[in-house]
Amino acid sequence: MTATPMHPKYEVVIGLEVHVQLATKSKIFSWSSTAFGAEPNTETDPVCLGMPGTLPVLNAAAVEAAVRLGLAAGCKIRPRCRFSRKHYFYPDLPKGFQISQFDEPICEGGAIKFRLHGEPHSVRLTRIHMEEDAGKNLHAAAGVSFVDYNRAGVPLCEIVSEPDVRSAEEAAEYVRAIRSLVRYLGIGDGNMEEGSLRCDANVSLRLHGETKLGTKAEIKNMNSFKNVRDAVEYEVKRQATLLDKGERIVQETRLWDASRGVTQSMRSKEQAHDYKYFPEPDLPPLVVDEAFLAKVRATQPPLPEELFIKYTTEQGLSPQDAGVLVADRATARYFDSSVSSGAPAKPAANWIINEVLARVSDPRDLEGDAVPVPAKNLAELVGCVQSGTLSSKQAKDVFAKMWAEKRTAGDIVKAEGLAQVSDAGALEEACKRVVAANPEEASRFKENPKLMGFFVGAVMKETGGKANPKAVNEILRRLLG
Amino acid sequence: MSGASRIKPEEVREIATLSRLRLSDEEVKALTQDLDSILGYVAELSALDMTGVEPMTHAVPFDCPLRADEVRPSLPLEEALANAPRREASFFQVPRIVPGPAGGGGEEDL
Amino acid sequence: MDPRAATSTIASIVPAVRAGKIRAREVADAYLERIAREDAALGCYVRVDAEGARRSADAVDAAVKAGRDPGPLAGVPLGIKDIFCTKGVETACASKILRGFVPPYESTVTARLAAAGAVSLGKLNMDEFAMGSSNENSAVGTVKNPWSLAHVPGGSSGGSAAAVAASLCVGATGTDTGGSIRQPASLCGVVGIKPTYGRVSRYGVIAFASSLDHPGPFARTVEDTATLLEVMAGADPLDATSVPQPVGAYAKAARAGRQSGSSLNGVRVGVPAEYFAAGMDPEVEAAVRGAHEELARAGATLVPVSLPHTRYAIATYYLVCTAEASSNLSRYDGVKYGARAADPKSLEELYARTRGEGFGREPKRRIMLGTYVLRAGYYEAYYGKALRARRKIADDFAAAFAKCDVLVTATSPVPAFKFGERMGDPLQMYLADVLTVAPNLAGIPALAQPCGFSTMGLPIGLQVMGPPLGEEACFRVAGAYESRTSWHEKRPPDVGGLK
Repeated sequence: MTATPMHPKYEVVIGLEVHVQLATKSKIFSWSSTAFGAEPNTETDPVCLGMPGTLPVLNAAAVEAAVRLGLAAGCKIRPRCRFSRKHYFYPDLPKGFQISQFDEPICEGGAIKFRLHGEPHSVRLTRIHMEEDAGKNLHAAAGVSFVDYNRAGVPLCEIVSEPDVRSAEEAAEYVRAIRSLVRYLGIGDGNMEEGSLRCDANVSLRLHGETKLGTKAEIKNMNSFKNVRDAVEYEVKRQATLLDKGERIVQETRLWDASRGVTQSMRSKEQAHDYKYFPEPDLPPLVVDEAFLAKVRATQPPLPEELFIKYTTEQGLSPQDAGVLVADRATARYFDSSVSSGAPAKPAANWIINEVLARVSDPRDLEGDAVPVPAKNLAELVGCVQSGTLSSKQAKDVFAKMWAEKRTAGDIVKAEGLAQVSDAGALEEACKRVVAANPEEASRFKENPKLMGFFVGAVMKETGGKANPKAVNEILRRLLG
Repeated sequence: MSGASRIKPEEVREIATLSRLRLSDEEVKALTQDLDSILGYVAELSALDMTGVEPMTHAVPFDCPLRADEVRPSLPLEEALANAPRREASFFQVPRIVPGPAGGGGEEDL
Repeated sequence: MDPRAATSTIASIVPAVRAGKIRAREVADAYLERIAREDAALGCYVRVDAEGARRSADAVDAAVKAGRDPGPLAGVPLGIKDIFCTKGVETACASKILRGFVPPYESTVTARLAAAGAVSLGKLNMDEFAMGSSNENSAVGTVKNPWSLAHVPGGSSGGSAAAVAASLCVGATGTDTGGSIRQPASLCGVVGIKPTYGRVSRYGVIAFASSLDHPGPFARTVEDTATLLEVMAGADPLDATSVPQPVGAYAKAARAGRQSGSSLNGVRVGVPAEYFAAGMDPEVEAAVRGAHEELARAGATLVPVSLPHTRYAIATYYLVCTAEASSNLSRYDGVKYGARAADPKSLEELYARTRGEGFGREPKRRIMLGTYVLRAGYYEAYYGKALRARRKIADDFAAAFAKCDVLVTATSPVPAFKFGERMGDPLQMYLADVLTVAPNLAGIPALAQPCGFSTMGLPIGLQVMGPPLGEEACFRVAGAYESRTSWHEKRPPDVGGLK
């Protein structure tokens, strides 16, 4: 990869920690619901509230999701892994510790692959581990804060990368790739705005050619891809400026402030913490055996990179178009579905990219019964154009109608006689024949306009009833003078 | 007390901070003595040869059981908050939090 | 025997209640009355729930009347150590920091006992957060040993043992993390068992040291203890460390042991040399050796064995349990339940003052030690080492059980000591646990039963240990010993007449 370095003087070294909320129905260690957006403190139970005497019980679906993610990223899945307790005092952490994984995480190694400006990138992973989410603190005015424990106990996967990322752009794309992967696997929403995907970045600089790592700063509070890019860009500038002046970088945590466009050191350094990791005594070690792995492998959906290759090599799509289609599993599925309903790949791709995607705010709106134009209906429309029933311009109008009114191409073409319109030439011929065959009536038409009915009727008979009466009227009027 | 102490009052204060325990000076003094005595006693474990011995974290011989991903009713709000020492509306109330430490969660401003 | 009598047992109550010969309500009232008369002097109960007890008893009677099965513990009055979460009833672990906590859920153990028809009379006193061996660490008053009010009942389940000894309940629940069922059982002359780890669910048991906590029963006889354990035990989907194997026939094993003329032929009783070390009270040693002889007379073979890592057991125990305790007690912070410091100016003050004011000396001491040993940089030297020593201790037992069926030792190296005698030096208090902590580390079952009295009239207890899931062997041997002796029939003097 000979990408232009982000900074002329310093090599930018970025490692990312991404937390992904898993879309299981119940929490990782207890049975209450993970549903987002509920009224505060209405989705809790004694376990996730950390009440005395309660114990964690591990959700199988969370394990399956973590394994799915690990397999998709090419990680080594540990046959035996452990949970650990990570201690710190904070109101959103009910037990005063988080059940996480420390020295024996479920997945190790692996990589996230994606494309940036058409170039393939691969960012190596250190590990992926499971843990529970904390609740939410909300700051009110007047010296108080409020705590909502609905989110406490929602399952998370933490994806830790090696410091392989070299630019702000790459960092944003990396996070986007994780989102895509998570949605492809069906294990999570990957929604940064809702908090189901969170990202912290460790940023450091060093001179080009230097192998030793520079001092890093940890950047938090980036809640969109744009934020990730902007925050990293700012941080690189900040560190470069300091280094240019001969100053040292302080190893610290800094919060991204999107409204002011700066990263800020967390003022009044929080009180000392020692995570005091030790193995979670309430959960025996977790075994993930070959049978479990085989089951997950057998039900693993096709992934973006596989589909990209298929679309470009087997189906002849351009890398650009293929890239758009694989960006979200829902789009890819829609495309595959329209192709299997008979649409040729290239036209289907064009329609989806130019017309369909423009009409949805989230590709996931293409799933389910609510989509106005299901894939097979799009295939039918494409067929109309292919067969000459509709011109491409007409097809665009028809599509607009299909989307607005949830109707099929066939219905619209039939109802509005559009097919007949394209036979303008044939209609013209039929009218000419009828006029030529009835010269007496033709000459009397000017005095007796009611004869139009006779001629229309004759044309109808001539065309077996398929002529568009309106169009026929216009043609006859022209021919008869 | 025998010989050099294993723990000094400064370290005891540090540990008290890590444990979020406010101790009086008297308590610090007493605990320094107690911990010194106990640490002296447990030091004898260092005499044990542990090469090749696996740590025993659990007294059960089986692996972690898994449960089905099934939702059960949550606690009604009133029950969840019934024991709250300080509550406001449907929240637990605490003194204003300064943006927090490493780890999990996020904060939002109302 | 009158089910309401101070000497009543499960065997004398349940058939009578089930047959409608006596109402559960009458039994409950008799016990409540006895509590009202005598507990003021002893301090066993932190909370008597007369209303709740009567309601439960009435429900049992209604079931009997309607021809429904009232359960295998129908009408049996029990005391519940205040470490078991009881729904709608304050559960405070004898600590200021949990004062006022009313759990919205029920522990598995108390739910099973209630479903079996038992009647809970109230919550029993204990050492704060189960930390202690004398019940002197309670924030809600001390408990007196019914055999001598100047002496401790043992701990941490001091209230449970004393209540059973004083007939303020027929059975009680307790927890044993380093000896907290067995030691008070022995100091109070009653029977108690710490089962195999995971045999009884910990769901709803307020955690002290998660990998060492064992809930278990107290009663005055071996058979009653076994009957209670059968109801309490069993796999629990709410506890990931709960043992899946089916519950054994403990009461049957106890009865088999008790059968007149029953012999212990073929039973190998291991005698570990390290459990008869110097420092043991000579009267305790004599009583235990006497018990060995009795077992030999019953046909058992005494087998000398060695548990070479015994001398590391206390250090190992106090490193593991304090590490886990410091973790488990992190949740007490004044935010979600329990006590809270008044007018904290900051979050940090909320934490530091709530915990500083709410915890007693022993919990604070253990939290501090636990935090110390888990600190980055100290982990391997202390906690890591302790977990390896634990493995060696468990291996010692496994090797011993290849040569014998049970191990029989003393429970406490001394009979009950006087109040205040051990509070000065925590290490002295900890060292007295030397005979009980190893089974907690290994997770093996261990039962305590009376085997004599000191010249001062204080009870001495025997400890019968078995291999993992070997409770039946323990009950059989204990039942046989009990049938050949009458220690368990002796009653403490009337409370009024004591000094």
